[in-house]
Amino acid sequence: TCLSGTSKNACQSEQHLGQYYTVPASHFHTVFPHGLPPRYQQQVKTFNEGCVMVRQPALELISHLKRADYINPTLRYLLYGVKGSGKTMSLCHAVHYCSTQGWLVLHIPDAHLWVKNCKELLPSSYHASRFDQPIQASNWLRNFRTTNEHFLSKIKLRQRYVWTKRESTEEGRPLGELVDMGVSRVKSSSDVVGAVLKELRLQAGGTEGGFRLAVAVDGVNGLWGRTTLKKEDKSPVAPEELTLVHNLRKMINNDWCGGAVIATLSQTGSLYAPSSAYLPQELLGEEGFDSMDPFIPVPVSLYSEKEFESCYLYYLDRHWLQHPHSQTEEGKKELIFLSNRNPSVLERLCAFL
Amino acid sequence: MKCSNIVTQMQMLLLSTYFLFSPERRTANMAASGGRTVGSFLWKCGNCCFNFNTVSSNLTRQVLSRQLCVSAVLHRKNLAAAGPEKFSEEFIKKQVEEFNIGKRHLANMMGEDPETFTQGDINRSIAYLFPSGLFDKKAKPLMKHPDEVFPKQRAVQWGADGRPFHFLFYTGKQSYYSLMHDTFTKALAVEKHQDRLRGKDLFTQDAKQISLVGSRWLLKEELEELLVETISEHDYARFIQLMERLLSLPYCSVEEDFVQRYRRQLEIQSSKQQVQPLQYDQHGVAYSTGDGRRKTAMGTVLLRDSGSGSISINGTNYVHYFPVLQDREQLMFPLHFMEVLGRFDMQCSVSGGGHSSQAGALRLAISRAMLSFLSEGQVETMRQAGLLTPDPRIKERKKPGQEGARRKFTWKKR
Repeated sequence: TCLSGTSKNACQSEQHLGQYYTVPASHFHTVFPHGLPPRYQQQVKTFNEGCVMVRQPALELISHLKRADYINPTLRYLLYGVKGSGKTMSLCHAVHYCSTQGWLVLHIPDAHLWVKNCKELLPSSYHASRFDQPIQASNWLRNFRTTNEHFLSKIKLRQRYVWTKRESTEEGRPLGELVDMGVSRVKSSSDVVGAVLKELRLQAGGTEGGFRLAVAVDGVNGLWGRTTLKKEDKSPVAPEELTLVHNLRKMINNDWCGGAVIATLSQTGSLYAPSSAYLPQELLGEEGFDSMDPFIPVPVSLYSEKEFESCYLYYLDRHWLQHPHSQTEEGKKELIFLSNRNPSVLERLCAFL
Repeated sequence: MKCSNIVTQMQMLLLSTYFLFSPERRTANMAASGGRTVGSFLWKCGNCCFNFNTVSSNLTRQVLSRQLCVSAVLHRKNLAAAGPEKFSEEFIKKQVEEFNIGKRHLANMMGEDPETFTQGDINRSIAYLFPSGLFDKKAKPLMKHPDEVFPKQRAVQWGADGRPFHFLFYTGKQSYYSLMHDTFTKALAVEKHQDRLRGKDLFTQDAKQISLVGSRWLLKEELEELLVETISEHDYARFIQLMERLLSLPYCSVEEDFVQRYRRQLEIQSSKQQVQPLQYDQHGVAYSTGDGRRKTAMGTVLLRDSGSGSISINGTNYVHYFPVLQDREQLMFPLHFMEVLGRFDMQCSVSGGGHSSQAGALRLAISRAMLSFLSEGQVETMRQAGLLTPDPRIKERKKPGQEGARRKFTWKKR
């Protein structure tokens, strides 16, 4: 049931379905500074290792990524499913695969964080009607820097960017400098994000020193809904008026090539969406659906029998299930009933057993 | 239940001469008036507050109580022992005649056969002819045999010369002491019988014993009703002690009839459970339905056999409908108790109440639906586990002068 070797990351196939594989500890800080669900991070800290289950949706994604042809415009994959069925984990699995393959990963942990709870909203210097979010942008740039250290020196800018009267970044400078500037100059960080995205878009499919670009967005339905932010005159802010959202939407449009866009829908952080909604149409809304269309939907279902077995044995193996009754057959049946094989519910249930 | 002195005057010309009793409305002058005047009434304060119809045979319950042995005797004042008789014998006889004539008239009025007109028919006819909007069952019009309405009275205990008839009259509790006397006489008789058998060498320890299973001793109130006089707790304890002593003798089966007169059968609760037969749908899969209620929530369940343990409530998955673990545990309890967790598929619908009461209603519905799949012994275990008992608790009424049901207004010193 458990732990296959990590070096076989690329060769995971259907035989490994239901088995756990370990992500080496070194990868955790580089690949996933900000992507994992919080409960999973706690679990990693408790168990002192990160084990991810190989599941059907993730395998499907990876096989698509392997076989896709990167001359054509980018393919967009959308993971959807009921709450707690493992969409974010599958996304992280795919992201890990991409980073081990040497792709440049653009991982946005939760698009909903950009459309709500923003303390500071500055009017954008670049475009009059738009708003900047300095804190979120600089946070993201910092994490981006940790993820893709080795790319930052390799990629060179193709355009000159002027930030203020005295500051500008010349053509040909490495991307790292741009990112550093964005982190230090918080005021213009949103514009820096926009610039970074544009550069990567232009250079992704390039033949000389080309790299593959993976854009992983969690909670992509946040980009097209409503926001909870308000302008000074208490009128609501539409998502288009936020610089970050605007630039991200340009990334998701499939007018560039040389990479893939993997997105998840999320009801948990979404605003003004009913809790029973999980299908793409309901959560994306009309506008979002039209812009995401065409995409490849990847449904994420609850644990199957085999997967449930494997998870249960993993918890037993790690001595996470302390209660003596939970080790019996009866206890297992109770767990199946109470959680209905929903991964997050099962995890919460076992947390106090 | 409050004691109220509501005047209920039934004006119906035909039946006006007959007795249409509002229960428990009588005065000391009833014998004289013969009408339906009502007056004040003394309630024994020790009486409890359940609403009960006065007849011991039909126990209708308004609020379910968990008393093991219940009888209407508990809830009726023992008037008989209160004092000298209030109703004379001829008066009672006259009442009985008038009741019978009234019964025949009522049967004629309703177009039914007077010969086969039962008490149930009388009740229905009265409810039809005198519809009452009152909630208190005791305040509604009632027509019952005078023996059930008037309490048992003691006849005059002494003759014309003033000498009492019974030899124990001057003890004050003549029936009680005569009963104790009789019981002891019987015990002595049994011992004499035993000695005789020992003399003939026919004495065996394992003689046939009286079967006491499924019956209980008479309650103190029931004994009072039987003897038509008040008994103290001490007296009652002594009586039970004496009976137990009689039973301890090996040959007490000689006096079995005497003993059984003072025991009552306990009702077997589980025989009251109605188990519906299994129904089969077109594919031959067995299914059954059940419904349950808890505190304004009503739920129905369709239980299908040979399923995979999937549950859908009002069309959605139960994990999404009941995000709280406690509610899902409530659903799990009947299945887990009978160890049939993965066997059934369920389709539930529930409405009303909050999430906890909906879960409780569904739990009762599931247990009731499962009855048709289970054997008798399992039904009994379920009943003892409390799975089949509807929870009687409802929201308590808010009282005037208080902020809530129990909470009083903030007390201010000045």
